Amino acid sequence: MDLGDLVIARPEGLYCPPGNFYIDPWRPVDRAVITHGHSDHARPGNGHYLTATPGAPILRKRLGADISLDTLTYGEAINHHGVTVSLHPAGHVLGSAQVRLEYQGQVWVASGDYKLEDDGTCAPFEPVRCHTFITESTFGLPIYCWTPQPELFADINAWWQTNAANQRTSVLFCYALGKAQRLLSGLDPSIGPIIAHGAMGPLNQIYRDAGVRLPATHTMAEMSDAAQLRRSMVLAPPSAQGTPWMKRFGDYADGFASGWMHLRGTRRRRGVDRGFVMSDHADWPGLQRAIAATGAHRVFVTHGQVDVMVRWLGEQGLQSQGFVTEYGDEEGVKDSDVAGLKLEVLPA
Amino acid sequence: MKAFADLYTRLDATTSSNSKLAALQDYFGSATPADAAWAVYFLAGGRPRRLVPTKLLRELAIQSSGLSDWLFEESYQAVGDLAETITLLLPLSEHTSTEGLTPWVQDRLLPLRSTPPDQLVSTLLPLLQQLDRASQLVFVKLITGSFRVGVSRLLVTRALATLSGIDAKRIAQRLVGYTDISARPTAALFERLVAVAGDDVQDVRDPGQPYPFFLAHALQTDSAVFDVQLGAPSDWQVEWKWDGIRAQLVKREGKIWIWSRGEELVTDRFPELAAMAAHVPDGTVLDGEIVVWKDAQVQPFALLQQRIGRKTLGAKLLTRVPVAILVYDLLEWQGADFRQQPQSARRQQLQTLVALCGQPQMQLSELLHGDTWADLARQRDRARSLGVEGLMLKSKTAHYGVGRTKDVGVWWKWKIDPYTVDAVLIYAQAGHGRRASLYTDFTFAVWDGPEGVADRKLVPFAKAYSGLTDVEMRQVDAIIRKTTVEKFGPVRSVTPTLVFELGFEGIALSARHKSGIAVRFPRMLRWRQDKPLAEADTLNALRALLPASSGGGVVN
Repeated sequence: MDLGDLVIARPEGLYCPPGNFYIDPWRPVDRAVITHGHSDHARPGNGHYLTATPGAPILRKRLGADISLDTLTYGEAINHHGVTVSLHPAGHVLGSAQVRLEYQGQVWVASGDYKLEDDGTCAPFEPVRCHTFITESTFGLPIYCWTPQPELFADINAWWQTNAANQRTSVLFCYALGKAQRLLSGLDPSIGPIIAHGAMGPLNQIYRDAGVRLPATHTMAEMSDAAQLRRSMVLAPPSAQGTPWMKRFGDYADGFASGWMHLRGTRRRRGVDRGFVMSDHADWPGLQRAIAATGAHRVFVTHGQVDVMVRWLGEQGLQSQGFVTEYGDEEGVKDSDVAGLKLEVLPA
Repeated sequence: MKAFADLYTRLDATTSSNSKLAALQDYFGSATPADAAWAVYFLAGGRPRRLVPTKLLRELAIQSSGLSDWLFEESYQAVGDLAETITLLLPLSEHTSTEGLTPWVQDRLLPLRSTPPDQLVSTLLPLLQQLDRASQLVFVKLITGSFRVGVSRLLVTRALATLSGIDAKRIAQRLVGYTDISARPTAALFERLVAVAGDDVQDVRDPGQPYPFFLAHALQTDSAVFDVQLGAPSDWQVEWKWDGIRAQLVKREGKIWIWSRGEELVTDRFPELAAMAAHVPDGTVLDGEIVVWKDAQVQPFALLQQRIGRKTLGAKLLTRVPVAILVYDLLEWQGADFRQQPQSARRQQLQTLVALCGQPQMQLSELLHGDTWADLARQRDRARSLGVEGLMLKSKTAHYGVGRTKDVGVWWKWKIDPYTVDAVLIYAQAGHGRRASLYTDFTFAVWDGPEGVADRKLVPFAKAYSGLTDVEMRQVDAIIRKTTVEKFGPVRSVTPTLVFELGFEGIALSARHKSGIAVRFPRMLRWRQDKPLAEADTLNALRALLPASSGGGVVN
């Protein structure tokens, strides 16, 4: 590795030597730039946090109102020990950002998690030109290719409609941050009431406060009419599956919304009636497009299909190598992902 | 094709039997008899002979997707299903075919078998482009033969029964042999399946058709409570549980048909049994076990394996590995269904028949007698030395039922405990289907020397993938990822840390295995988190389990 690298892997996380700060560190450090609020990227215990403005309420909610937190609007730059730092939309969840670092003429961009499709609930991904790009690779295999969001919502609403006609409650498992709000934005409230699990309420409010239009949601406590309940759509975190909380829905139909549902094996392992392929990560064509748009000649690959992406990018003539990170557990990210571990740090 | 693919999608999209049943009924209710005939065939487990060699199919997928070999391989490893991988890598198609299943199977699928390899790509790709994504998956699955969608034969039977108003047992009876590899479903066959026939109307059937097999339940309680659970031993017909191939021998119209338990016609595999045609009276159906039989004794299953799967059976093999059928039940006698007779009456008639035939390759499965269950338990202890799996207990009043049922009497299999060793996990590979992308298929090893020997090594001897709970599977998967030393394609070698108690049913010397030993039906019984690595078993401990006759035993 060149001495001049702007980002290096350290036991605490990805580190910027000239700036003396970390990006999404997994061990407590003095200064941390946080790409987004998911628990494997935004961890507690850091001395000082910097994140994109729309993500601030999420971090405060997750890590405590009293954390030392500075924010940057998208595109706004600050200088820190000679490193120009700016944050740019990553399209992953509300407040998600790519971190652009410029130092002595070298530009590096760390993507965090990103997706290319504009989902309407957060600022869409913006490609940023750079010399070196650090990309995620969660779905870095050519088998992953997403269906456009309007088609997905049509499927989900049709499923809900059928269940409602059969007087069966629809329960859709999804992560509380990002996925839940994205689903909400596409649900058709004319079909029936929408119930949000307690873990989701505060996050929905943060989205609404940020000006994202979401249909009205109810808590379980507000649902007294059994007939209404049987027509309703329930959004619940994956950790609720199989718990006594579910019993009140009787003979319900269940589904799970995640990119992993693209494969029949994961869908069956999940044990739900329906898997809806909805991901907040880039698919294979998306990764390729994003990387190409940066114009970078050198690409670091983190969490996901690291080996595959490194080899593939190498074949495309790019200088590529992997970074070992602790976002999720190595490739096992998919199972912790499916198991809903990302969620457990959120208050229920 | 679209209607059948939609059925597949509906079946795949639910875990509830009732929803699956509803989906099946909707399909069968609206499909043409010819389409329904093929649908029953595939759903009930029918598989045509291999249509396209897997290797060619892979090449085709690589070619059409424009990917390099390694990237296709990585994709396949993540998906864990070849047909699904191929479909996911096909370019999206805008078309959909509403043509029925029959033309798709008969005019497009089956002819692939005789298509020259160099024309397969140019034949197959345009076909696939006529289909929507769901139909593509189903069509490729039909090509690979791995068409499984969580529907049992029983469920298909129930759907047809509800639809036609005919008793499910009768449908099951008519369905026997329907999915045999040489079968060709037709509209007429489907109509026969669901034809309304009163008790006075005989079902038309093929002369070789067998009966559904009656299956035993596992007896897992302690023999101390048998008196309470089962009553007196005198109420039971007791036999050895043979370790061979369960089969029905059908003799009608001067000919013999032999059916395996999987309802495959296997007559050609056992010419010495087919040769008895002249000596078994017409209108006879026998249930029994095919075993290798020499010097009036059952030989190890490993010998029988040498005959299974052989396409041609030379005279030499037939002399070296002769088979006999040990018969234990009589299902049809003098052309009449005998299954409603009590077990004891069937047995009596069976004994008369075997004596009458007087064929050395047809032996009576002997009866065991014991005054008490303790006495029978002692006899069962001899099972391993005799090369059998334990005892069968058949209620003397039992009729011969359909499948694994208890409604007309019961058969119990009272098996001996498996062999066990504590072995070390050294390699792991990702599983298939619902285990895709999880490391669930393992290679196990034992030490080649006793504890204390400095340079002793782990020698692989068995592969196993079943026996873990879902939670354990995830835990083990995480450990494998953390302890990976090297990756060889889909296989990972790991730093040995995990010890499992493996169970298996048989053990034999084998020149093909590095350890010199082959075990039968290995599976994980228990994760020995309490057991230090050094205390896992040794090769000598494994060899000590070899039967004395195999020339095994402890080697120093």
